[in-house]
Amino acid sequence: MSTEKEKIQAELDAYNASVEKAVAKFPERPNLPEQRLYTPLDIKDTDYADEVSFPGVYPYTRGVQPTMYRGRFWTMRMYAGFSTAEESNKRYRYLIESGASGLSCAFDLPTQIGYDSDDAISEGEVGKVGVAIDSLADMEVLFDKIDLGKVSTSMTINAPASVLLAMYIAVAEKQGVAADQLKGTIQNDILKEYAARGTYIFPPRPSMRLITNIFEYCSQNVPKWNTISISGYHIREAGSTAAQEIAFTISDGIAYVEAAIKAGLDVDAFAGRLSFFWNAHNNLLEEVAKFRASRRIWAKVMKERFNSKKEKSMKLRFHTQTAGSMLTAQQPNNNIVRVALQTAAAVMGGTQSLHTNSRDEALALPTEESVMVALRTQQIVAYESGLADVIDPLAGSYYVESMTNKIEAEAWDYIKKIDEIGGAVSAIEKGYIQKEIQDSAYKWQMDVESGAKVIVGVNKFQVEEKPVEGLLRVDASVGEKQKAKLAEMKAGRDNDAVKAALAALENACKDENENLMPHILGAVRTYATLGEICGVMRKVFGEYEAHTNL
Amino acid sequence: MMEKRIRVLVAKPGLDGHDRGAKVVARALRDAGFEVIYTGLRQTPEQIAEAALQEDVNVVAMSILSGAHPHLFPKVVELVRANGMNDTLIVGGGVIPEGDIPALKEAGIAEVFTPGTPTGNIVEFIKANVK
Amino acid sequence: MDIVKDLLNGSRLALSRTITAIENEYDEAVDIMKELYPHTGHAFVLGITGPPGAGKSTMTDKLARAYRNMGKTVGIIAVDPTSPFSGGAILGDRIRMNSLTLDEGVFIRSMGTRGSLGGLSHKTADAVKALDAFGKDVIFVETVGVGQSEVDIVKAADTTMVVLIPGMGDDIQAIKAGILEIGDVFAINKADHDGADKLQMELNMMLDLDGEMKEWRPPIQKVIASQGEGINELVAQLDKHYSYIKENGVLEQRRHERTRTELMELLNASIGRYITNSIVKTGRLDNYLEDIKSRANDPYTIVRSLLDELLVK
Repeated sequence: MSTEKEKIQAELDAYNASVEKAVAKFPERPNLPEQRLYTPLDIKDTDYADEVSFPGVYPYTRGVQPTMYRGRFWTMRMYAGFSTAEESNKRYRYLIESGASGLSCAFDLPTQIGYDSDDAISEGEVGKVGVAIDSLADMEVLFDKIDLGKVSTSMTINAPASVLLAMYIAVAEKQGVAADQLKGTIQNDILKEYAARGTYIFPPRPSMRLITNIFEYCSQNVPKWNTISISGYHIREAGSTAAQEIAFTISDGIAYVEAAIKAGLDVDAFAGRLSFFWNAHNNLLEEVAKFRASRRIWAKVMKERFNSKKEKSMKLRFHTQTAGSMLTAQQPNNNIVRVALQTAAAVMGGTQSLHTNSRDEALALPTEESVMVALRTQQIVAYESGLADVIDPLAGSYYVESMTNKIEAEAWDYIKKIDEIGGAVSAIEKGYIQKEIQDSAYKWQMDVESGAKVIVGVNKFQVEEKPVEGLLRVDASVGEKQKAKLAEMKAGRDNDAVKAALAALENACKDENENLMPHILGAVRTYATLGEICGVMRKVFGEYEAHTNL
Repeated sequence: MMEKRIRVLVAKPGLDGHDRGAKVVARALRDAGFEVIYTGLRQTPEQIAEAALQEDVNVVAMSILSGAHPHLFPKVVELVRANGMNDTLIVGGGVIPEGDIPALKEAGIAEVFTPGTPTGNIVEFIKANVK
Repeated sequence: MDIVKDLLNGSRLALSRTITAIENEYDEAVDIMKELYPHTGHAFVLGITGPPGAGKSTMTDKLARAYRNMGKTVGIIAVDPTSPFSGGAILGDRIRMNSLTLDEGVFIRSMGTRGSLGGLSHKTADAVKALDAFGKDVIFVETVGVGQSEVDIVKAADTTMVVLIPGMGDDIQAIKAGILEIGDVFAINKADHDGADKLQMELNMMLDLDGEMKEWRPPIQKVIASQGEGINELVAQLDKHYSYIKENGVLEQRRHERTRTELMELLNASIGRYITNSIVKTGRLDNYLEDIKSRANDPYTIVRSLLDELLVK
């Protein structure tokens, strides 16, 4: 065996020597992997049984299920929502008819930050980046004629996740669907909001309480619900590297698990419902390695750090979205190709569900036609490309295995560093994570501007372009419409019941031992608005003040 | 012995939390020798105009990715001018469809920088147009 | 001068433009300051300094709100370092004071250190005067306490507060050497973090060693600025110090010293500029340099003869 290695080493040395001359004449491009070639020597210390193993077997490097896509494909879940609940409902039904296997709701910014459409601060934002939801009445329209007993719904909602989940449960009740039949996910990941995405409301402490309240409530009442989607996606979008994406996110995950354990929950009672959300970026092989490394790290964290006993708790299941920040406004059709490659990365990396971005999203919200191309991209990769035919097809590649090890090691270094700072919450409060992300973002931009990193159509191969026609425009009157609907709803509801429910919620907020979910559900049922409910919590909890270091 | 520096307020009006671009631009402007005042997320037009006044900036640079620019950009221009700051250069950037740009310029936004703009172009534009 | 009249009539734009003139050393700044001077001397000037990351801006924000609640108007000068490489700066203190922006009783101005070593303290002192003349009751000057120029800036204050945080390790030694002696009041921020008690103990020991002869023993106040805890107590300590220096003639003495320093600095700077201008513009400087090089003359003789010629009249 060792003679075999020596032989390879000797041949590698000879190869490298022969290449040196060529490199002297034709210098290599910047920003490349350290080595130009990977060999068995690069993975000679990787123990297959311990580190790689089999799909469905610890540490799950090759995937969390034994059969992966040979059983069934990933969930093709298209993130959508804009304007009013009526408009979004139409888009959802169109997506379901087109073969999308799950819904993914985008909410507008006032909804994400807990303001009603008639709040002064909402001016200009209503219905823009997602659908406007003010109360249960809107939610009823949003899911009209969609059977909540059948569909699985993902909601990109964080600070007010408890309120939107309560509304979803209440709509299901009206449809006659019991809470324990509901399937779906709420993002509910506040830490990355502080670090990267910006739609926070309350300070960390009450936010963590709301999250653990949801864990507890769902473990008893909504057992099939994924209670959190711990998200690296936005950290990457904010400019982090691949290793930073998984390291910071897993550190966030550690913080949630610790908070729940501290609140008295047993780790295996909730950990199986934790899920993750990764970015599929441009560098295909690096991304595959990243997905594989993330599974291995989380498995080790759960087993070694939290002494989890259930396999389900150790399995990192994840949703993926292709990188929005890598879409270019220039030559937008090129984005179709980018998204296809990113899709390939997510699939070869073993994702459980996937959203593919549309070509026109660097310009506006996507049109129906471009959403269709994005969905078709997933279907082509699934049915035609062969990439989903065998499990973890890149395993054993000298490069991919070695890159998996490298990203894992880099991520552990960050996780250790964050532990030293006192965990993810402290690291965010001190601005450490934000600073690291910003440094990477700035480096990326400078590399693009110097040409060290080429983005086709942006800093190379540019052409004169005509403005793109036919972009989706959100009707400018949506804000007024939504305000009118809200006023009508408020006039028709039982305002005494609303007052009583909000008062009960306020009292519950003041008692740290009280689970807030039943009280929020109680308020939602009276048609108390999102703004009213979050207003009560703002009053008791205060608001987070961001501390940006540049 | 004058020590003039170009002062720029980098602001995120509205509710969107995507500040990668704003922060990258802020740093690039710093590296170009400007004094940059960054006010963070969720600033109302009133707050932006008042900060611009107190800091006596030469430039207000705003970024919006949520689509709220048709409402918020002109509002900031209006308030800054109402404060008597007639020379202040006001620019915007973000996910802004080509078709919206003429109306924004009409409203007093001197230039709109769309995705993919090198930061160097922003620096050059400011140097060439600042008063 | 309209700008002076406007400033005195409460125009925030005039105030802002005045500070710009001071900062950029516009020629008219001298004339403006001349007219504003009689209107100064009323404000309580509070210097706030401490190491980076101590939470000075958050503290300033909370203190400003406390003074506002007492009905006082507030001016804030927040100084951040200029990059020595580009000459640019990110002035990031304001972000922690966003809730004060729309309060008409508050005026916040960010300043970069801009490389001028001696000039900065002079500029901030003038900016403080502009805020004073504008009618602000309390003026904060906030700066990172890392070097001599920052120490000079806080010397412009009536009361100087030093903000520290636990967990700085050996940095306490540096503090001892540097900013310990300038603190009239100490605040230990993030007092809920580990090591706050230890820091307080160490600080007490140092102040006891240092302060045997002094009449004013600087108090140490624990604060959690982000939650507003300890802020009212801190305000009480600051007020106590202000009363103390007023009643014991210390304030008068400090302001006297300050006026003296300012006058001397202004005089030196003006004389220097006057002489430099007269010999540079006339081209005489080059002749002198030639003479010195050829040893036909020496610097000492030249300076003496220039003083005689330009000043003794």
